Amino acid sequence: MKKPLLEFTDKGIYCGAAKVYLDPWKPVDKAIISHGHADHSRWGHEQYITHHRNVPIISHRLGEINVSGREWGESFTVNNVKFSLHPAGHIIGSSQIRVEHKGEVWVFTGDYKTENDGISTPYEPIKCDTFITECTFGLPAFKWTPQQEVFENINQWWTDNQAEGKTSILFGYSLGKAQRLLKYLDTDIGKIYTHGAIENMTQVLRPLVDFPETTLITKETKKEELLGNIVLAPPSAHGSTWIRKMVPYVTASASGWMTFRGARRRRAIDKGFVLSDHCDWQGLLSSIEATGAEKIICTHGYTEIFSRYLREQGYDARTEETQYGDEEDSTTPEETAPLETQTP
Amino acid sequence: MKQEQTTSEIDTTTVFGSKELGMRGFAALIKTLDSTNKTNVKVQALTDYFLAASNKDKVWTIAILSHRRPPRPVNTTLLREWASELANIPLWLFEESYHIVGDLAETIALIVPSSKTSTEKTLTQFLEEMIALKKKSDDDKKTYLFENWKVLDYYERFVFTKLITGGFRIGVSQKLMTRALAKATEIDEDILAYKLMGNWDPNTITFQELIIEENESDYLSKPYPFYLAYAIEGEPEDLGDVSLWSAEHKWDGIRSQVILRNDELFVWSRGEELVTDKYPEFNQFKTTIPNGTVIDGEILPYIDGQIGTFNDLQTRIGRKTVSKALLKKVPVVLKAYDILEWEGNDIRNKPFTERRAILEKLYQKTDNLNIPFHLSETMHFSSWEEVAKERERSREMFSEGLMLKRKDSPYLVGRKKGDWWKWKVDPLTIDAVLTYAMRGHGRRSNLFTDYTFALWNENDEGEKELVTFAKAYSGLTDAEFRKVDAWIKRNTLERFGPVRSVTPHHVFEIAFEGIALSKRHKSGVATRFPRILRWRKDKSIHEANSLDDLKSMIP
Repeated sequence: MKKPLLEFTDKGIYCGAAKVYLDPWKPVDKAIISHGHADHSRWGHEQYITHHRNVPIISHRLGEINVSGREWGESFTVNNVKFSLHPAGHIIGSSQIRVEHKGEVWVFTGDYKTENDGISTPYEPIKCDTFITECTFGLPAFKWTPQQEVFENINQWWTDNQAEGKTSILFGYSLGKAQRLLKYLDTDIGKIYTHGAIENMTQVLRPLVDFPETTLITKETKKEELLGNIVLAPPSAHGSTWIRKMVPYVTASASGWMTFRGARRRRAIDKGFVLSDHCDWQGLLSSIEATGAEKIICTHGYTEIFSRYLREQGYDARTEETQYGDEEDSTTPEETAPLETQTP
Repeated sequence: MKQEQTTSEIDTTTVFGSKELGMRGFAALIKTLDSTNKTNVKVQALTDYFLAASNKDKVWTIAILSHRRPPRPVNTTLLREWASELANIPLWLFEESYHIVGDLAETIALIVPSSKTSTEKTLTQFLEEMIALKKKSDDDKKTYLFENWKVLDYYERFVFTKLITGGFRIGVSQKLMTRALAKATEIDEDILAYKLMGNWDPNTITFQELIIEENESDYLSKPYPFYLAYAIEGEPEDLGDVSLWSAEHKWDGIRSQVILRNDELFVWSRGEELVTDKYPEFNQFKTTIPNGTVIDGEILPYIDGQIGTFNDLQTRIGRKTVSKALLKKVPVVLKAYDILEWEGNDIRNKPFTERRAILEKLYQKTDNLNIPFHLSETMHFSSWEEVAKERERSREMFSEGLMLKRKDSPYLVGRKKGDWWKWKVDPLTIDAVLTYAMRGHGRRSNLFTDYTFALWNENDEGEKELVTFAKAYSGLTDAEFRKVDAWIKRNTLERFGPVRSVTPHHVFEIAFEGIALSKRHKSGVATRFPRILRWRKDKSIHEANSLDDLKSMIP
């Protein structure tokens, strides 16, 4: 039996023919990286290949690394295996990785979403034989509303809080969600303040996307000047002394998990907005159909349930254990705490 | 545009300001209650609702929030089947989703196709339809559900389905609802609480009859606020001269107030719920304890001349009416701590010792009557060491520890520091092996956070095997949960739906409050409030405890 084009090893997804790994979780010689979240781009590889829009992100996160950037759809060969990167729509610079060898095509999604968020290059379905997909929200309970509607609600919430003389604190992961929120906050309402982790990442991304003005919260920032304005903070800041100094405030979280009534309450957040950078149930199903793939491999999320459903729909679907899924949307804020540094 | 926002967003001013709130207003109310942890926000939302809703809808709202719902018109098996059909998904996928979401009505509301429309019907109309629905054919029921699921917006759909399934737990106690109703009607809260007690039918009673009409006997049942103690901080020696303190055991039952006025009996639980009907034993007090008496005590199971366990009492708590068989099997007594009213006078400001003297005299008078009125004995010690020794006896006494009360203390209102302290016994602990894990609910549904623990036991062939004895899902830090979760995912032996069996490898110290023999548990033992105390990384599974070790803790 011939070896599959991509294998799941204890270091990551491995292409034996090219001797290259995709989003490996242990240090390797050569890694092709889908996007900049910590669970997909880890420290310690000899060589990184990724989309050029992701280069500043991982360079900022990982420090001095040997990285080369590629264009969307640009083919490059490694040991006679053809690779190319295609937009995944998850965050800025996030790619699907297409691998072609001896007429066989595999696509690895990393993380992706089907809705055009206006800052990440929109997702494009890629024809393939085997599709390696995430399924973070692979349950029929997840249905996203168009982001325009969600942002109208967020801006309305901010306006309402302002009318009550309170500071609005909106939680979102410092890479991805924070910039998506920032892009659509209505600066006619007030000023946008940022936590250090979000400010730093946003500065890295400003050359790529036009964002509204932000003001970093420092030791000198008086809580009075925050009143009526909005603060973007990473989830890990929730409950910290940094936040407590801002009273009176109202908190909200923007995440796909806010679908569940209990999620907001368990986290003791005042308001939940359902906004995700992953596919919802229909998004996953329509993407899979659009690839024309017969073989589907589910890497993280509700993998067992989702692959069983796909099998019933006639796909050759299975689950592989990976170490992905440890970004903002799939862990509690407390759990992401070590990833973020808090500015006092 | 504006219209859409009021239905999809909570905007209490617009929704509650409209003349006819109907189901839309009720759904908006539930959404507000559901999306805040702040009591004052909840009370305000309820008050606004009570000020704006129609009288009929108000009666139904009061009924729903005080657990008086019409019987369930459709069984949940059919609900699941029909919801899966409408959502066009297989039943197993519905069940998996239900497991992860954790609430049936919420699952249904999420998976059926979404609609942007809303309803004009009143809450009362919906409930009358549901009452009529019970007698209809399955086909009619299905048609009714489909029609409504298709036109209601998300939150209305959730509330509608919740009314069908029953179990409306949304973090609003009857007390909170009563407080809001008091604000809206300007009727005293305690009087309202009394008015809402007992049996009334929301389908026939009017708001006027239920709430507004004056009732001479309103004051009769009124309980005093309970005085509650904090756990002792630091060493008991810090409380000073031991001779100033009275000690008694802290009984593990239901803290209650028994009121005798005008030849009537009222029994209130600490949750300020009127539970008179649940404990018919106490009817004997009407002829044996004089009018104008209020006693603070603990309702305890008392079986064959011995105090039973909380497990025993549990069989009585949930029942609205008690069968003769159960009355015989688990009779209860009132273990009296204190007396708050005597000869019709409020005596809460008298010193504790004086109140106790009155209580003890009353007790002696009734001693030979064989009524379920017991005294919680006070004890006086000459040193704190003696007190500590008595505390050690708590488990054999079937108590949770000791209560320390200053001899000169008045009976205060609510939880107060200083005069009364509770000094509970340390929890029992045992080292057990992690054997099964289940996904948590909601946001934790990607993590395995619900664990089953086992202890060693010798089987008939004399081989040692692990027997499960308790489940626990709290006590670890999030970082620890994440580590255990990662380990579980790599060390799964078998999968049973959401449950995984794992390689026995990790030992955890499990703490629990009480222990009793139980036929319902495979291990033959039931533990009370089991939780994880710590992860014993220093122990191998062979150093975990045995089931015999656990059984030896049974008093």
